[in-house]
Amino acid sequence: MTMEKPFAITLNPGSSLANKTGSWRTERPVYVDRLPPCNVQCPAGEDIQGWLFHAESGNYLEAWQHLVQDNPFPSIMGRVCYHSCEGQCNRGQIDAPVGINSVERFLGDEALKHGWKLPEPAAESGKHVLVVGAGPSGMSAAYQLRRLGHRVTVKEAGPLMGGMMRFGIPKYRLPREVLEAEMQRIVAMGVTVELGVKVDNIADTMAQGKFDAAFLAVGAHIAKRTYIPAKDSAHILDAVSVLRSMEGEDQPMLGRRVVVYGGGNTAIDVARTAKRLGATEAIIVYRRNREKMPAHDFEVEEALQEGVMVKWLSTIKQADGGTLTVEKMVLDDKGNPQPTGEFESLEADSLVLALGQDVDLSLLEGVQGLEVNNGVVQVDPLTMMTGHPGLFAGGDMVPADRNVTIAVGHGKKAAHHIDAWLRGESVAAVVKHALASFERINSWYYSDAPKTVRPQLEIARRTSSFDEVQGGLTESNALFEARRCLSCGNCFECDNCYGVCPDNAVIKLGPGKRFEFNYDYCKGCGICAAECPCGAIDMVAEES
Amino acid sequence: MNAPVKFYQTGTFTVGNRLLEADQRSVQSSEARSNSLNSGHRACQGCGEALGARYVVDAAMRATGNQLIAANATGCLEVFSTPYPETSWQLPWIHSLFGNAAAVGTGIAAALKVKAHKAGKALSEVRVIAQGGDGGTTDIGFGCLSGMFERNDDVLYICYDNEAYMNTGVQRSSATPMGARTATTMAVGAHPGAPAGQGKNLPLIAMAHEIPYVATATVADLHDLEAKVEKAMSIRGARYLHVLVPCPLGWGSASHDTVLLARLARETGIFPVFEAEHGEVTSVTKIRHHVPVEDYLKLQKRFAHLFGTPGQPEMVAHIQADADRNIRRFKLLDETGE
Repeated sequence: MTMEKPFAITLNPGSSLANKTGSWRTERPVYVDRLPPCNVQCPAGEDIQGWLFHAESGNYLEAWQHLVQDNPFPSIMGRVCYHSCEGQCNRGQIDAPVGINSVERFLGDEALKHGWKLPEPAAESGKHVLVVGAGPSGMSAAYQLRRLGHRVTVKEAGPLMGGMMRFGIPKYRLPREVLEAEMQRIVAMGVTVELGVKVDNIADTMAQGKFDAAFLAVGAHIAKRTYIPAKDSAHILDAVSVLRSMEGEDQPMLGRRVVVYGGGNTAIDVARTAKRLGATEAIIVYRRNREKMPAHDFEVEEALQEGVMVKWLSTIKQADGGTLTVEKMVLDDKGNPQPTGEFESLEADSLVLALGQDVDLSLLEGVQGLEVNNGVVQVDPLTMMTGHPGLFAGGDMVPADRNVTIAVGHGKKAAHHIDAWLRGESVAAVVKHALASFERINSWYYSDAPKTVRPQLEIARRTSSFDEVQGGLTESNALFEARRCLSCGNCFECDNCYGVCPDNAVIKLGPGKRFEFNYDYCKGCGICAAECPCGAIDMVAEES
Repeated sequence: MNAPVKFYQTGTFTVGNRLLEADQRSVQSSEARSNSLNSGHRACQGCGEALGARYVVDAAMRATGNQLIAANATGCLEVFSTPYPETSWQLPWIHSLFGNAAAVGTGIAAALKVKAHKAGKALSEVRVIAQGGDGGTTDIGFGCLSGMFERNDDVLYICYDNEAYMNTGVQRSSATPMGARTATTMAVGAHPGAPAGQGKNLPLIAMAHEIPYVATATVADLHDLEAKVEKAMSIRGARYLHVLVPCPLGWGSASHDTVLLARLARETGIFPVFEAEHGEVTSVTKIRHHVPVEDYLKLQKRFAHLFGTPGQPEMVAHIQADADRNIRRFKLLDETGE
């Protein structure tokens, strides 16, 4: 090409784009996705970061729709879930964890307020699945199975849906209209629920109803007993019946001085319920100390604030009329309580035993291949299937910690495996991303913001009524709280890599599409990786 | 109904943020940014100056609707961007000598003024920037720059300060900090590195000219930097912007620490970030998380002789005292502590 050039100029002007500086590189940046610690922790397998992402932009409907893919009960969860996710939240190492649970409740309550609908079921599969028990596990399974296009019949022995959420969790923690609304939403999807129908023999029921598979989630409703020598006049009840009778017309007569024996969440629930029923004193007797107590610390704290008293390191030896004999204990080297031989007496109008619950397994008699250990049904932890093909189980009747969220997770997992089993397939194992650890977070970039504290009912008011103790977040508080999420390990399109590259070697693909590296020019300096707030860029050595 | 939410996850700390309104977003977050300094330039890995130059010129391009001409002093920025016959610049750009960038800028501005007058306009729509490194600005080009200031010529002069002559092999300039090792201030003797009590503070000298606008910035705070360029381009007359740009080669730092070092320079108080109009400071960027100077110094091999055994604890204390003086002088800390 010839061109008129100025004096002493022999070459045409060129662009530096001809110089591919990517050849300098010894390390290349690579975008990665990491598993956020909240998602890892969630027993129901929620994509917490995923739904918070939508909530951050105020898109609550989309956030809720994302959430209910995994858990159809956000309003219930937002009240009774122990939110162990928050304990793992990386933001906790900066200021305080994101209030995931309160945002979940806000979304759940928005859905109830606006009547948002659960997703439509897929095309009918022609299969019919039996679910035994309309508790959190059974209804979670029913929801997922129905979404997958299966016909679902739930048989529930009790008069109402909810299981332990209704007959175990007090109203001040879970208002019944919330529970009922989230249960009815599943019925509205076309799930048949038969109330007051106890399955006495699973094999007979399966055969009579021509069911293709079954999910058992009967819960653990039989109160454990312990031997306490008692005279006739002693008024001894069990926690399960006390909490269950709270649902009926006749409230239990506990008297003015109530002693609760046990250290779990149920013991706390009973003591707080007793206070609300008018007891002047509610005393929990527990054989170990507070550190060893299985009840969640925030519930212990709320109970103590309400005036519940606890006798630590004590066992009940005898009940004689209105007098209990209590022995002091000490913890040995292994943390087990040992008797001291020191006794004292405690006046009580009633004694409520909250010593755990057993499962009624009578419906399983005669089923081939089942294995029962320690009073619970053994299942394959990967599929939730029992030793009997086509018979799955979850919730409190299988080996696991017992809480609502775990039960919901069991139901979801079992549903997916039932679906695969019905099609003669197995669920492909998903390769999980590596953990998004705090060390990978560049915390400089996040605004300083303390956790929004949910309003609590005044203590005086809540001990005299069964009004809900935890209030909800307002819209602006919920938005604020959602925006505290760091998006650990997953690109949230902050444009930092795109901005900080000295070589313009990051290509912005547009909203929702993230970024791409232009390796023709990337020199591998690593600024993008160092300045990525959420740790979604790795530096990888180039092959020599 | 509800009070507006003031909290936006990363706020304006990151380059972009999907939660911000369009007018709050940075030039650099836009796919339509001009990339005035294009890919393929020969700056080292992690070059702070290449980053700073693109930040500044892209912002000036947006502020002027791409009606912009740049004059460039000799230095890294010129050498790495424009090895004959290639160039990375995507705007009219001229290089003349090491020491005369301000004078070239003045000349272009004068020519544009004449053109505007001939076209019957009071002012030229086309604007001028002149830019150079600290050597070309604080040492070699200082006379021309001071002249541009005192005549109040309509030029924005930008100094990309990497605190030494990096292009020629890391020699000391009058912007090299006390204690820093360079090829001409070796880490030997009783007072290793650059001597104390020498050098000059060009932003303060520029203020002494009482020109309309003087500002300092770093490559670690993009929104602040872009706002200052935009403000500078809204003003006619002589303006001066001093941008701290870490240099992995000359500072002996890891290439991925460039932005971190710029941030620490501000958070220690070593590099005060402020704006001044007509000789008076009008705003300062407060320190967000105050840290000791060691946090900044230890990441740089040019200060390695200050640490270890025997080290130079007195010199470190001196640097800390200077940073503390900056904090007092410019009120860099909030009264409440942070």
